[in-house]
Amino acid sequence: MMKKIDRRNFLKGGLAGTAALAVTGKATSGKAASFEGYPDSMGVLVDLTKCVGCRTCEAACNKEQGLPEPAKPFNDTSVFDETGHGGMPRQPTEKAYTVVNRYDTESGGPVYRKIQCNHCNEPGCLTSCFVNAYTKTPEGAVIYDPKVCVGCRTCMIACPFHIPAYSYSSTINPIIKKCIFCYDTRLKFGRPPACVEACPQEVMVFGKRADLLRLARQRIKENPNKYIDHIYGEKEMGGTSWLYLSGVPFEEVGFNTTLGNEPVISYVKEFLGIVPMVLTIWPALFTGFHLLATRKEEAEAGKKDNNKGEGGRS
Amino acid sequence: MGGSRKKLLALGLALLMGGALPGLLKAAPDTIVMDKLGDLYGPVTFDHNFHMMITGSCATCHHHTLGEAPEDERCLRCHTGGSPAETVACKDCHPQDRFSSAYLEKLEQDPYLYHTDRPGLLGALHQQCLGCHQQFGVAYGCTDCHERTEKGDAFYRSGDYAPQGGSDDKH
Repeated sequence: MMKKIDRRNFLKGGLAGTAALAVTGKATSGKAASFEGYPDSMGVLVDLTKCVGCRTCEAACNKEQGLPEPAKPFNDTSVFDETGHGGMPRQPTEKAYTVVNRYDTESGGPVYRKIQCNHCNEPGCLTSCFVNAYTKTPEGAVIYDPKVCVGCRTCMIACPFHIPAYSYSSTINPIIKKCIFCYDTRLKFGRPPACVEACPQEVMVFGKRADLLRLARQRIKENPNKYIDHIYGEKEMGGTSWLYLSGVPFEEVGFNTTLGNEPVISYVKEFLGIVPMVLTIWPALFTGFHLLATRKEEAEAGKKDNNKGEGGRS
Repeated sequence: MGGSRKKLLALGLALLMGGALPGLLKAAPDTIVMDKLGDLYGPVTFDHNFHMMITGSCATCHHHTLGEAPEDERCLRCHTGGSPAETVACKDCHPQDRFSSAYLEKLEQDPYLYHTDRPGLLGALHQQCLGCHQQFGVAYGCTDCHERTEKGDAFYRSGDYAPQGGSDDKH
């Protein structure tokens, strides 16, 4: 067989075909509208200026979720000096779905910040999960079905806030573990998560996300010298159910302020939309190319045969 | 002229002290036992008398409810002082069920309610006490004000319930 299509032409043809399909595909499916969250979904507004670092929220989470015994008591403040991998502050683990960290800021002395799942409107974990273990509930929680989770850890990479933790300790069935907004025991029944109710300082306010945004704006407006004029989570990564107010710049207390406002799905949905088309159409397309490319050969071979036959006859 | 004005002021103050204030002070309790906020910590016996003395103004804690002009100028927009409120106890304005569905619904159903951001009782007391204690460098650890109960120890995995490896009772 003669080499009619080399590698470069093969790829060129493939790309052109895919691009054409992408264009036509778009025209039929239409661009997905941006999702701003369920209208009456609940959220939590965290006011970092109020937190005193008592870690009661951690204890409440441990009790509510039936988590294993911690390494140190929950009233032990020496954990604030602990650092994880690469000198990073503590992050949620399979044994603690929320942790409080202390940040020694330049502007306002020590600031404490509670870390847990932010419950995105369009969660990256959900987008990345190929077994559909994750669900964003109308109440606002991002929950997951541990029975479906295969432990692939893709969501750990997809999460812009590094929240999902992995049960590395389990040898038989390691799965993802993370804060579920106390969905099963509280949120489903209209009650606030355990950490919110336990907080003695009322650092957190539980309510409809839309109301919390208004409340946060009101606090900023009433106390312009106290707060940074920004509600973290209002727009970050497409918006999150958990929102934050701070008296110091957000990057000083460990927030990633470079994430942008587009949810993870915006970066992948066009590509992911192409995948099924590639899988179904590329084989047919390239089979066609192959047939086209080899048709000449076959025709020539046939001609020779015919010529032979004709020659024989003449 | 200035002197007589001062005298007038002093007279006015004396009248106030002798007339209005004792009426309030008589009603004010010397101590208040706070025991309605859970069982992780024991009750707090709040020395109301002492705190009245050191703050010098009821409005520091009671805002406008005693008829004094509030200290926070944002409150002055509406509450300019004058008549005392019917009730002055913290728990009568700061709800114990701040995040219950019933309370959240109540907030939502009153379109004219300005105070939608009123802290619950637990938050109000802690923010008020800790705020001052921190500001003035007074002890503000949890157990400086209230002893942790056995249930509290179990909750915080502290004391007898501490994980193996030792307990550190700093807070």
